[in-house]
Amino acid sequence: MSSEQTNLKPKLKLAVYWGSACGGCCVSVLDTHEKLLDIVAAADPVFWPIALDIKYKDVEAMPDQSIDLTLFNGAVRNSENQHIAQLLRKKTKILVAYGSCAYMGGIPGLANFSGKSEVFERAYVETESTKNPERIFPVTEYPVEEGTLKLPKFFNDVLPLNKVVDVDYYIPGCPPQSERLIEVFTAIVSGAQLPPKGSVVGANDKTNCDECKRTKSENKTIDRFYRPWEIQDDKETCFLEQGVICMGPATRGGCGVRCVEGNSPCRGCYGPPPGATDPGAKMMSAIGTMINADNPEEIDKIIESIVDPAGLFYRFSLPGSILGRKVQ
Amino acid sequence: MDFRPKIVAFLCNWCAYTGADLAGTSRIHYAPNIRIIRIMCSGRIEPTFILKAFQQGADGVLVCGCHPGDCHYQEGNYKCLRRFKLLQKFTRQMGIEKDRLRLEWISASEGKQFAELVNDMTKTLLSMGPSKVKSSLEVEHLNV
Ligand code: SF4
Ligand code: SF4
Ligand code: SF4
Repeated sequence: MSSEQTNLKPKLKLAVYWGSACGGCCVSVLDTHEKLLDIVAAADPVFWPIALDIKYKDVEAMPDQSIDLTLFNGAVRNSENQHIAQLLRKKTKILVAYGSCAYMGGIPGLANFSGKSEVFERAYVETESTKNPERIFPVTEYPVEEGTLKLPKFFNDVLPLNKVVDVDYYIPGCPPQSERLIEVFTAIVSGAQLPPKGSVVGANDKTNCDECKRTKSENKTIDRFYRPWEIQDDKETCFLEQGVICMGPATRGGCGVRCVEGNSPCRGCYGPPPGATDPGAKMMSAIGTMINADNPEEIDKIIESIVDPAGLFYRFSLPGSILGRKVQ
Repeated sequence: MDFRPKIVAFLCNWCAYTGADLAGTSRIHYAPNIRIIRIMCSGRIEPTFILKAFQQGADGVLVCGCHPGDCHYQEGNYKCLRRFKLLQKFTRQMGIEKDRLRLEWISASEGKQFAELVNDMTKTLLSMGPSKVKSSLEVEHLNV
């Protein structure tokens, strides 16, 4: 090794993995555009299924704690996700739950409104494009002449990463804003003092409403709720004041309120703000007080116009919420 | 094993808690299934408190405040009612039966009514059996 090389700061080893994910989080890493070159200059990707052909057995062969940073995106839905989560935990110094799915269960977490048998029934029997009169379902092991074929076990529940392994940091978002990732990454590379373990990073300590530019008045009252397509948005007034549910008050800032900037209400992908653990509870508390009625019948009528509170308030967070799933 | 329903009750300081106190000082016998948490006003009850109670294994949650128009802080019980109704729509979607979560108004002089309410709720929960919120989250259900 030349002396020149030994003087270089050793490059970080980086892993990016998808569990039960849509791929969007991995794309958000690529979406750093030319900054990706800076990332690759400072870190060697040692495992990243979307971009590199590195096998699980290669990761298994790596020494423990040899990966400096793992961005784990996607929820834990099956035994494969769980196995890789445990493996990467062992191999990694800083394990980050990257994106809403890893953080709180995300969109796949909506499956916790049902369970495995309902999911299988829908996927393998009822779907319009499926013909399965023998009701054949996937099995985890199947013997053939050549040996036994194996598939991961599909869990009954979708779990956020921290229900399976110890997590160092959380970067929220569906997907996280690429700029936020670069900030966090730069901080880690620079050797800056990192926040306490368990912190949400790459986001702010305020709610989206605090950053939102729409005009807000002090006394918000609501006579009925509208779905976004039912009103003509004036593009200026706070969505909630127009009667459209916006998750801003129950959502951590950090994305730049990008949906509202695009004239669409916030759906809450950045998760609950500091001090709140359950975004839906926080939202119900905020919205409940705005309902402009005192008698039970009128209140009921206004609430009727919120068609699906559970799905709306917990779109990205059901598995990580207080109840975690529908009662079964 | 005998099923003994656990009811977590959030009672406001000024009416409901005083009413419950009156039930006690009047030596009214009523079901011992209730765990009372005193709060200053029913308007202070956050949905989080109620969800946590279910998560920790409550079979039922009872919220009591002053009768409409009688709130010590004027508006708190209306605030409570609005949140409660929204929360109940959500908890029903989540599979928590309606009767497990109740809101009732109890005045400071309604010790007897309070005792009857607790008896009644206990009886209902006895017939419904234990809440499954907590067990739904246990490992064998997650099937991990
Ligand atoms: S957080 Fe959003 S973008 Fe990332 S994997 Fe989940 S669904 Fe996809
Ligand atoms: S509720 Fe939505 S639109 Fe209103 S201030 Fe908050 S983020 Fe902005
Ligand atoms: S505005 Fe809300 S839903 Fe949109 S990106 Fe930001 S946090 Fe996510």
